[in-house]
Amino acid sequence: MKPFLFSKLPDSPTIDKVGVEERVARFQTRSIKNESKRQGLRMVLNMIDLTTLEGKDTPGKVKQMCYKAQHLHDLYPGLPTVAAVCVYPSMVAFAKKELKNSSVKIASVSTAFPSGQAPMDVKITDTKFAVDAGADEIDMVISRGKFLTGEYNFVFDEIAAIKEACGNARLKVILETGELATLDNVRKASDIAIYAGADFIKTSTGKIQPAATMQVTYTMLMAIRDYFDETGIMVGMKPAGGISTSKLALHNLVMVKEILGDAWLNNQWFRFGASSLANDVLMQILKTETGIYQSPDYFTID
Amino acid sequence: MAKEKNNESWEYAPSLESTAHIQLKEKYDLFIDGKWVKPKSGKYFKSINPANEEVLAEVAHANESDVNLAVKAARKAYTNVWSKMAPTERAKYIYRIARLMHERAREFAVIETLDAGKTIRESRDVDVPLACNHFFYYAGWADKLEYAFPNRKFESLGVAGQIIPWNFPLLMAAWKIAPALATGNTVVLKPAETTPLTALKLAEIIEESGLPAGVVNIVTGYGDTGAAIVNHPDVNKIAFTGSTAVGKIIQKSIAGTHKKATLELGGKSANIIFDDAPIDQAVEGIVNGIFFNQGHVCCAGSRLFVQENVADKVIRKLKQRMESLYVGNPLDKNTDIGAINSKEQLEVINKFIQIGKNEGAEMYQTKCNLPKKGYYCSPTIFTNVAQSNVIAQEEIFGPVLTVQTFRTVDEVIQKANNSPYGLAAGVWTDKGSRIFNLTTKLRAGVVWANTYNKFDPTSPFGGYKESGFGREGGMHGLSGYVKLND
Repeated sequence: MKPFLFSKLPDSPTIDKVGVEERVARFQTRSIKNESKRQGLRMVLNMIDLTTLEGKDTPGKVKQMCYKAQHLHDLYPGLPTVAAVCVYPSMVAFAKKELKNSSVKIASVSTAFPSGQAPMDVKITDTKFAVDAGADEIDMVISRGKFLTGEYNFVFDEIAAIKEACGNARLKVILETGELATLDNVRKASDIAIYAGADFIKTSTGKIQPAATMQVTYTMLMAIRDYFDETGIMVGMKPAGGISTSKLALHNLVMVKEILGDAWLNNQWFRFGASSLANDVLMQILKTETGIYQSPDYFTID
Repeated sequence: MAKEKNNESWEYAPSLESTAHIQLKEKYDLFIDGKWVKPKSGKYFKSINPANEEVLAEVAHANESDVNLAVKAARKAYTNVWSKMAPTERAKYIYRIARLMHERAREFAVIETLDAGKTIRESRDVDVPLACNHFFYYAGWADKLEYAFPNRKFESLGVAGQIIPWNFPLLMAAWKIAPALATGNTVVLKPAETTPLTALKLAEIIEESGLPAGVVNIVTGYGDTGAAIVNHPDVNKIAFTGSTAVGKIIQKSIAGTHKKATLELGGKSANIIFDDAPIDQAVEGIVNGIFFNQGHVCCAGSRLFVQENVADKVIRKLKQRMESLYVGNPLDKNTDIGAINSKEQLEVINKFIQIGKNEGAEMYQTKCNLPKKGYYCSPTIFTNVAQSNVIAQEEIFGPVLTVQTFRTVDEVIQKANNSPYGLAAGVWTDKGSRIFNLTTKLRAGVVWANTYNKFDPTSPFGGYKESGFGREGGMHGLSGYVKLND
C-alpha cells in the first residue's frame, strides 16, 4: 500500500460561494426527460445506501431493511437493488447474515459516529470490529474539532490510520460539511481526505443540518476532479442527508456527469446516503411507466 | 483503486420547448400612430430562423416616407397627449405594458429564440425577465423624476429615434422605450432587420395596453430606414446600440444639429484572472463572459488575461468546461450555445477564425457535432495570443476567445486599457483591495468583480472611448432623455 504523506497535500484553491451557487443553479436548469429520466432514475436506485442509524436500531429493524434493499418493489419486476445498506457496527453481523447471497454491500459507520469525539485507539477498534463483522465499506467521520482548530495534520493522520485499519474494506470519509460551515473549509477537508487515502468522500452524517446541499457536493466533486487530473486516480462521492426527491437526485447525477464524466455514474463511484429517497424514485419510475402517480401507500416502508 | 471501465453513458434526451402556443402573423406591417399600416415602400423582407433557415414571417421595409409618418405621429402624440399627461398616469401605462409582457413571457421567449437563434434557456431566464423588469423599474421613476434631478429644472426632449441591434432584440427595445416613456418622450423605434419579431409582438402589447396612439411607433427595415430616422429634422434624440462603425456614421450625421445622442457601441472587453482567484468560478466566468448568447454581446469578455503562473491550469480547466457545453437546437432546454444570428455574422466570425489561424495563434474548438442546417459555430479559444494579434484587437462578436498571459498588475491594466474600446471588464481575485485598485484604473464603463455579464435594470450600462457614450439603465438612464435647465 502506498504511503500517504501530509507533505504532498497541495494548497486548496479558494472558493467563491456566489459563483458556486450560480453554477449549481445552471445544473438545475437541465431538463431530464423521457429515456434519460428512465435511465437516470434506475441509476439513482442502484446508487442508494439504504440507511438506518438510530439509537433504537435492532436486529429486527436491520433484517427488514435488508429485505427491502434486495426487493425494492417486487410487484414491478426488473428493478435494480440498492447499492448497500448502511448500519452501526453492532448491526453489521445481522446485516451480513441477511445479505450473504446478495450483491448488496454492507457499509458501517465507525470512528465514534457521528461526533468522532473519541480517542484514536477506540476509533481503530471500532473500525476493526465493523470490518471483522463483515463490513465491505467503512464510513468514518473526521475530527471536525481538530479541523476547526487548524490541526490539519492530525485530521490527515487519523484518516490514514483508519484507512489502514480498513484492510480491504473501502473507506468513505465523512466531512460533516454542516459543521465546517464554509465552502473553503469543505474544499480543504476534501483535499485532506483524498490525499490521506479516502476511497470515497461523503458530505454528512445525516445528523446535522444543512447536509448534502448541491453547493457542497459541487465543491467536493471539483476536488475529486482536480485529484483525478493530477494523479489519474478515481475517488468516489457520496452526498448524504437531505436528498429525498428524485428531482434533486437527478440534478446530482447531472453534476457528476458534467464534472467527472460518465465513468463515475455507477455505484462503484457514486452513492446517495438516504432512507426516504428510494420510495420517491420508485414512485417516479412507476409514473414514467404507467403515466399515473400511485399513492405512497403502495410503496413499502422498511 | 484501478481505473474502472465506463459501463454506461447517460445522455440527455431532447427536451424541446413547445412552439404550439405562440402566435405569429405571416406578414407584419408597420406600427404607426397606434395602427398597423402598410409600408409606402410596398416592400417586405423575410425574417428567418437562423437555427434552421426557415422563414418565420414577412416584415415591412419602411422607407423615408414611412419614417416621416412615424415621426409625425410621434410628434403629434408628444405635443397633444404624452407631454401633457400627469406623470402618475404615464407610470400606469408603462406598468401595464410590463404586466402584459410578463403574462406572455413564454411566448416572447419562444419567439425570441426562433428569430434570434439564442437558446431558450437564455431567452426564458435572462432576456424576457430583464425586459419586463426594465418596464417595471422605469414605471416607478415616471412620477419621481424630481428625485433623480434634485434642485434642477428638467423637461422631456420630444421625439426619440431609437435603433436597436439583433443580439438582444426585446431587451434592447425595453432598454430604449421604458426610460423614454418614463421621462415623457415619444418614440420611433427600429428593430434590427434579422430580429424584428419580438419588437412587433411588443407593438401588439402596446396596442392592447391602450397607450395613446403615436406614443410608440415601430418601423421595421434595414440601414436605410435607420438613416431616415437619424436624419429626420423633427427627431430630438437618437439612441443607438450597435456597431462602432455605424455609431460613427450616426455621430457625423447629427453633428451640428440640436439632436441629443446616446451611443452604445462595440467592445473588446478584458476578463482578468489573477493567480489567487477562485479558479473554478473564474473558469465559469470566462465561459459566461464569452459564450453567453453565442458571444453576440457587446460587453463580451472576449480578451482573456490570465496571470502566467496559473495559465496552464486555467486553460486546461477551461477546455474541460467547454467540452460540457451543448451546442445545437436553441429550442432544446439543455442547449448551452445556440445558433449564430445570421449567415452574414457567421461569415464574419469564420473570417476572424481564419485570421487567427493565419496569425499563428493556437486554436482549440470543442468536439461537438453541429447541426447540418442553420448557422452554427463551435466554441473557440485562441491561446498564444499577443496584444498585436488582429483577433485580440477587433470585435468578433461571436463565440471566439483570445487568451493572453500577464505577469504583474500594472502590466495587465496597461494591456486591458490598450484598446480603442472601453465597454466592460472583469476582475477575478480573492483580494478585495486589488479589486478596488483595478476598478479605478480600468477605463471601462462596467467592471465586474468575480462575476461577469450581470445585468439589472437598476444598474447603469455604457462605454468609454469608442464603445460609446451616455448610460442606459438605472437612474443614470433617465438623463439621456431629459433636458436639464439651469
